[in-house]
Amino acid sequence: MGSDGESHAAHYKKIYVILLGLLAVSLIGPYFGEKFDMMWLTLITAFGIAFVKAWLVLKHFMHVDVERPFIHYALITGVGFMVLFFAGVSPDVMKHEGTNWENVGAKAEIARALAEAEAGGGHGAHGEAAAHGDDADAHDDAAEHKAPAH
Amino acid sequence: MAFQPIATTRTVMGMPTARLAIWWLVVSEIVIFGGILATYLMHRLGHPEWANYAVHTNVYAGGFNTFVLLTSSVFAVLAHDAASQGDGKKAAKLLSGTLVCAVMFLCIKGYEWSVEISHGYTITANGFWSFYYTAAGVHGLHVIIGGIIMAWIAKDAYQNKYLHRVELVGIYWHFVDLVWIFLFPLLYIAK
Repeated sequence: MGSDGESHAAHYKKIYVILLGLLAVSLIGPYFGEKFDMMWLTLITAFGIAFVKAWLVLKHFMHVDVERPFIHYALITGVGFMVLFFAGVSPDVMKHEGTNWENVGAKAEIARALAEAEAGGGHGAHGEAAAHGDDADAHDDAAEHKAPAH
Repeated sequence: MAFQPIATTRTVMGMPTARLAIWWLVVSEIVIFGGILATYLMHRLGHPEWANYAVHTNVYAGGFNTFVLLTSSVFAVLAHDAASQGDGKKAAKLLSGTLVCAVMFLCIKGYEWSVEISHGYTITANGFWSFYYTAAGVHGLHVIIGGIIMAWIAKDAYQNKYLHRVELVGIYWHFVDLVWIFLFPLLYIAK
């Protein structure tokens, strides 16, 4: 029992080291992905590795593989609801126009924010100018955020 | 011999009721966090300007907090291992390690938020910051609640009482860690 316990502890520590290694990759990968303009590298190292880390935690720390099958079905159902929600709502949120509708507010906000960013501003801060000590600009900034609600 | 609640030994579904309950809680949490993450994702994909806001999140603080939560999880699973061998004192000490990590996580989050708020990136600044504070805030609330329950369980475990609860709080804690594993790339890495 004692030696079995020891081997369990060693196994958990090994998984922990693997998780830390994956964390390092998920930090380094997106850095190089951005530097060399390789979007796929960022996606794989940031999000792909997140799934691997999640699986390692589920399997080795939560011991999901030794649970009864209905626990697996319940977990899959929860994730399924999330996917269903995404599939049902995302077309209305991600698209800003359709056959008989147009999200004018969202389009205006995107155009405004991208133009602001191109002009060198657009950090998304509320009262940004106030933080720099310019009260008049702070009022303008606040008004700008209120107008294009979406 | 310590008193054993009936709920831990009843096995209507072929497993202890308390463990069934904790998995049921995890499933309901998947729906809660899944809703937040899915909504964030669809907005992020539909709003290219959010990338300009996301560059202001502190990736070093987020990365260090990921390290802290992973460390807290390994303490929790080692505590479970100690509890399964009937060593309540060791389990309690290891749970204390998890608690220290939880406090550290919250302190880093507090520092991060105070810097961001002082720069004007508040919850009302725009949609991105609204999601950022909501998602991280709901997660932080789970860390606080989990920490309080864990302290309670560690106190009992130290006296070798209710050791099965070490496993139960561990399952919850690993789920909180798991949520952060997805929040980290979504809020900090995707620029």
